[in-house]
Amino acid sequence: MISQSPTLLVGCLALLLGWTAIGLAGLLRPRSVRLAGRVLFPLGALLGFALAAVAGASLLGGGFERLVLPLGLPGLPMHLRLDPLSSVFLVLLGASSGGISLFAGGYFRAGEGAAPGLLCLQYHLFLASMGWVLIADDAYSFLVAWEAMALSSYFLVTTQHRLAEIRRAGFVYLLMAHVGALCLLLCFGVLQGGSWQFTFAAMRAAHLSAGWASAAFLLALIGFGAKAGLVPLHVWLPEAHPAAPSPVSALMSGVMLKTAVYGLLRVGLDLLGHPLWWWGLVPLILGLFTIFYGVLFAAVQTDMKRLLAYSSIENIGVVFTGIGLTIVFAGSGLQAVAALALLATLYHSLNHALMKSLLFLGTGSVLHATGERNLGRLGGLIHRMPWVAWLTLIGTLAIAGLPPLNGFVSEWLLLQSFLFADHVPHAFVNLLIPMGMALVVLGAALAGYVMVKFYGVIFLGQPREPSLAHAHDCGWLERIGLTWLALGCLGLGLFPLQVIGALGSVTTQLIGTRVAQASAHWWLLAPVPGRPVSYGPLVFLTATLAVVLMTVLIVRLAYRQRVRRAPAWDCGFGALTARMQDTAEGFGQPIRHLFQAFFEIERELPAPADRAPRYRIAIRERIWKMAYEPLADAVERLADVAARVQQGRISVYLLYSFITLLVLLAVALMS
Amino acid sequence: MTQLPLYQQLLDSCAALLLLLSFAMLSQRRVVTLVNLYAVQGAVLAAATLLLAWRTGEGHLYLSAVLTLALKVAFLPWLLHRLIRRLEIYWDTESQLNVSGTMLVGLVIVVFAFALAQPITRLASTATRSAVGIAVSVVLLAFLMMITRRKAMSQVVGFLSMENGVLFGAMSASYGMPMVVELGVALDVLVAVLVLGVFFFQIRERFESLDLHHLEALKEHE
Repeated sequence: MISQSPTLLVGCLALLLGWTAIGLAGLLRPRSVRLAGRVLFPLGALLGFALAAVAGASLLGGGFERLVLPLGLPGLPMHLRLDPLSSVFLVLLGASSGGISLFAGGYFRAGEGAAPGLLCLQYHLFLASMGWVLIADDAYSFLVAWEAMALSSYFLVTTQHRLAEIRRAGFVYLLMAHVGALCLLLCFGVLQGGSWQFTFAAMRAAHLSAGWASAAFLLALIGFGAKAGLVPLHVWLPEAHPAAPSPVSALMSGVMLKTAVYGLLRVGLDLLGHPLWWWGLVPLILGLFTIFYGVLFAAVQTDMKRLLAYSSIENIGVVFTGIGLTIVFAGSGLQAVAALALLATLYHSLNHALMKSLLFLGTGSVLHATGERNLGRLGGLIHRMPWVAWLTLIGTLAIAGLPPLNGFVSEWLLLQSFLFADHVPHAFVNLLIPMGMALVVLGAALAGYVMVKFYGVIFLGQPREPSLAHAHDCGWLERIGLTWLALGCLGLGLFPLQVIGALGSVTTQLIGTRVAQASAHWWLLAPVPGRPVSYGPLVFLTATLAVVLMTVLIVRLAYRQRVRRAPAWDCGFGALTARMQDTAEGFGQPIRHLFQAFFEIERELPAPADRAPRYRIAIRERIWKMAYEPLADAVERLADVAARVQQGRISVYLLYSFITLLVLLAVALMS
Repeated sequence: MTQLPLYQQLLDSCAALLLLLSFAMLSQRRVVTLVNLYAVQGAVLAAATLLLAWRTGEGHLYLSAVLTLALKVAFLPWLLHRLIRRLEIYWDTESQLNVSGTMLVGLVIVVFAFALAQPITRLASTATRSAVGIAVSVVLLAFLMMITRRKAMSQVVGFLSMENGVLFGAMSASYGMPMVVELGVALDVLVAVLVLGVFFFQIRERFESLDLHHLEALKEHE
């Protein structure tokens, strides 16, 4: 199915170049908020929508397009390719970045960190490099785009570089990005398999021994895992995401993490061709652990953006669990089930891109309106910011995995594919994998708990601070952006059958089969042949709406005359204040108590007679002390040993070069 | 023993002169003389290039000779002399190793260089192939000079002399590098000297001396 003229690919390329041009245009008047906000960002959003449309057309067509640009290294021009796998991630990039860019147009203001024009440049370069990663078809252009993505996002994270904390977050991010990139470099070095051809086509054709192929897969898992935030390589994520401006957090969490998912799928299922079944166990186990770890830490956070960052870790865990299952099934010859697991993976990636972007943007609006990120100082904002509150509610419900929204569909599909694990022809494994399902379910339940906390503390109840009375709703550009993302969550939730149909070409490309539809009804999703399971989101929505409407109607009719408003009963304690509401710390306390072993908790409790009591709690990850600090110490010790070479005398340095030269010449002489 | 043709004898004398000049530079402590020696080395190199150009009729070698003459005999020495006057450094007082020791090490290096050049000499078909060993020695001796000197100025001269050796090596092994490379190298040298000139002033301003041992304070841990 190779189409001859790469029309769509050229279209994608033009749109990516358009993003770059928009970014450069921001430099024309770097201080002008009006140019960047009112013109360039909305224009970038339009290009995003166009990209989603072009890639969507390619996805539906299911074709492969190739293009070789006369650029790049001598002997290795840039190869580009548009296939179903890259198309689906381009749709994800275009659709979510469209909403985010619209929002960003209204969000960035003067006087906040870097100049708006500069932000515009970094932002659009970030977008373009992500797109380039997705269409690259040789290791060289892939890595160049990958690094461009890391660098541009680093500068976006450190927008407010005057704060030491943010500089530190940026450094940790850059460090992890480099470690990951190094692994990818090695991975591609293994993948070329002695042919020294670095195009992906050559890598597909290379025949690797089982050992080398496994090494390549594990390197790819480390490299892409570091980018995606897979535990234990996630440490940069809860630092960098809160540090960045909210649209950037949305882009990083919603889209950039998915490029890592794309990369692992590309290497594991496409370049390596026939995966061994046990490879899948590694991402499966790590993914399950990541779900649990991420959601626990999300439950005890008091900073709303950190909470979302940990929730991203959890969702990445879900995606990696899906990848692991796909590989286990595909390696065991269960193609139909593997396609189902892959479908769940892709679906969840799409979902998470939309809903997490929506939530991050929501926190951005709250942050702008109140200047607060601490959950302990928010509350009752649904009255002040109805637009943000209601749109965020959709994202909250979606990420909590409630039907009829999109989060439910993907988790449901994943659980369905888990149920087939007993078909895996390996003893013990087929017994142990279904237990992972319990972890996924626990994770989903805890995610619901986290989202109740997130939404309840910010938007419901009474304002905890008097200053919140001045909070204002977001502007019209921001509203459009949020609405688009919320509609995306609704659409993906209500029309899963159509989405699955569109994703069929990807499963065909990677697994060789598509998920069959067992039901004849267009509104009923029945993806598992031979099992009587089905899901009809529209039916669910109709029933829910009907019940809600009926209830409202009955209550109205029955109680219309008998409603009276009076102060709440205060148990005889005197006036109730807003500070008596359940706090974020209080709400998360049971989890903190139950899973104490996971946290490193530092608490300051006020004395009973304290006139100005202050309660402080700091929760850190044990992993810093257990793994990263010893590692950093070891590196430092090693560096100290190496530093002895540094004498400070130029003649000694010259002597080093001289001796090196002599030794090399002598070696040349011997051979 | 067969009689070598005249041009061959002349070329060999040029090569010998280059080596001699390298040793002279290695032992020379006066910075002004060092620069003069460098200029003479450049002149000998230009003469050798010219001779080779006349013999082989390769057009680009003429250009190379002119370039060498302009850059290494005229412009760079003039620039360095000016720097010396402005910075008032005439002596490189102490070297890391005394003169006789340096000379002995130099001898060992020349022997090593000739051993190294043997396979190239056997492979090359050029008239000047015997000079490859000398070219390598010039490079290594210049390197040695940079190691043993303390003043930044002598190190720059060493660096430049090293480039002479590289050029001579390329010329004797394969009648010169491609013109593009040669032009690039010439430009590199020019820029390097200009940058280093600026750098000298900065070093002196900071440490009130051009003695490089002051830079030792720049290392990270004591």
